[in-house]
Amino acid sequence: MGLDIKIPIGLMFTIFGLILTILGLVTKGDTAMYEQSLGYNINLLSGLIMLVFGCFMLFTSRLFKKKTEE
Amino acid sequence: MQTTFSLSTIDWAIILIYFIFVLGIGWALKRYMKDSSAFLEAGRSLPAWVTGLAFISANLGAIEMIGMAASGAKYGMMTVHFYFIGAIPAMIFLAIFMMPFYYGSKARSVPEYLKMRFDEKTRGFNAFAFAIMTVFSSGISMYALALLAQVIMPLQIDWNIMGIHIGEFDFYLMVSAVIVLVYMVLGGLTSAIYNEVLQFFLIVIGFAPLVFIGLKEIGGWEGIKANLPENMMHSWKFTGSAGANPLGVEWFGVVMGLGFVLSFGYWTTNFLVVQRAMAAGSMSAARKTPLIGALPKMFLPALVVIPGMIALALSNMGELDIPLKAGTNIQDFDKVIPVLLMRYMPMGVLGVGITALMASFMSGMAGNVSAFNTVFTFDIYQAYIRPDKSDKHYLKVGRWTTVVGVLASIMTAYVARSFNNVMDFLQLIFAFVNAPLFAAFLLGMFWKRTTGHAAFWGLIGGTISAALHHGFTLPAGGSIGVKGGFFGLLHTYPSEMAQNFWTAIYAFSTALILTLVITLLTKKLKTDDELKGLVYSLTPKIKDDSKYWYQKPEFLAIIVGAIAIVLSIIFW
Repeated sequence: MGLDIKIPIGLMFTIFGLILTILGLVTKGDTAMYEQSLGYNINLLSGLIMLVFGCFMLFTSRLFKKKTEE
Repeated sequence: MQTTFSLSTIDWAIILIYFIFVLGIGWALKRYMKDSSAFLEAGRSLPAWVTGLAFISANLGAIEMIGMAASGAKYGMMTVHFYFIGAIPAMIFLAIFMMPFYYGSKARSVPEYLKMRFDEKTRGFNAFAFAIMTVFSSGISMYALALLAQVIMPLQIDWNIMGIHIGEFDFYLMVSAVIVLVYMVLGGLTSAIYNEVLQFFLIVIGFAPLVFIGLKEIGGWEGIKANLPENMMHSWKFTGSAGANPLGVEWFGVVMGLGFVLSFGYWTTNFLVVQRAMAAGSMSAARKTPLIGALPKMFLPALVVIPGMIALALSNMGELDIPLKAGTNIQDFDKVIPVLLMRYMPMGVLGVGITALMASFMSGMAGNVSAFNTVFTFDIYQAYIRPDKSDKHYLKVGRWTTVVGVLASIMTAYVARSFNNVMDFLQLIFAFVNAPLFAAFLLGMFWKRTTGHAAFWGLIGGTISAALHHGFTLPAGGSIGVKGGFFGLLHTYPSEMAQNFWTAIYAFSTALILTLVITLLTKKLKTDDELKGLVYSLTPKIKDDSKYWYQKPEFLAIIVGAIAIVLSIIFW
């Protein structure tokens, strides 16, 4: 099918990753907010993982492939 | 503890972004939907990793997400039987032995394969039963979504439109129905599959933090162990007798009932999952589909079963209140996932977790609608209503069938809402219809003599025998009615699971024996030439086109099997 699914997956997780990473950085040190997650800055952690995953999907997608392959 | 979530703007933004992507995928696919094959079969062009993830995601709807977490709290590690023995052997069998016939025959659906292999009436029976089942499954996913949404996202909706009262439940039902409808009409099966892949990653990434923090709080595996009875911490150790384990089934019932009949009946003949493999781009990709799906499938218990166990362990420690079922003092384990989300997730990740749950329910809906579309268009409309029309005509019918499928699902969602035990009732019907079907496939694919009459009457007989067995037995503590016993009581099983497994075993055995006997009494109507590519002994061995030995389905099957065995030993 003409659309490479890696592109929307990569885009969405990059956006989610950015939102959570920034949120995590902004709320860093907010102990009240992260009390329920046992003190882990879970937004920053998840955000970074999503960012890495999203970028990986984008870089391996057809967007970044040489024309010879497809 | 509060019973509703308070969502922040960021959580709402994440949910909204997800909806934009879902609709965007449909919109981007629209221009490729030029014929009925593109719309209803994804043009048979998708790579194996996409169809493989969709293969398990299509099944990862409301019933699995909520049901398996609840089972984790009820049966503990026994629940992994639904993942290891209850899925992996069947997936390997489908990939290695059955996919060559499904994919190679060019059948567009499971019922169509039945017509090619047997006859029209066998196809008709399966097509109608399947169409009804998918509409109900889709409706149940929709119902679960609306139910969840009104709890976690209260909007205080109380509208009155032309005398019809619209509350939150109705609002969320309509919103989800419209979204699914739009992306399915635009992109057909490809849309459904792509969104299933998106959903898979969302569930993994959205639920991993929940499990991580939950395990931290309880003190890891040892912490769960210290707070749950020992027979909930093992999968096989207590299956020597039915009374010793929480599932109430002994090893024979687990292996034969769940591992063989129910699992093979579901994973190898249910068009909802088989359709994903059929959408693959090549025979090799089609055969790898169930195997690639099997790899993450084995690790899903960590994301859905473990949270259930954590919740029960916390509740045993007095650290967590699991809400009670309305009007009773029984803990409602169906609420385990939302309760844990509420407990551990601050704003931000909370939005992702809720999005993952909604994605699972919506694609549970869309998956069923896509399978319904194909079966209705090819096996009911083209077969019985309007044969010999142009391909354009069937593409149009496929689109309109989506509308019909979604409308029918809305109706069943309301049915599920108004009858308490409609879910039990449906699971019953599925068990009655699915178990005998595997007998027809097994004999049909591996014994060329098997006749159409035999397969058809085997199916009918198997279904009747399932109903009889259910009607004469009851689970312990069950009352006569949908739980069984309506023909009189001959036997009481220790649990509902035990009764289900044995119903399946009876249905399958009856179907197998009937098909065997009737085959020997009837004339073979199809010539060997007609059965070429449909039956094992008459199909030339396929040569796999993988470049390297480690890319071959057989090698992947060995890896999958080995991991499943190792995991079973670890969690013995």
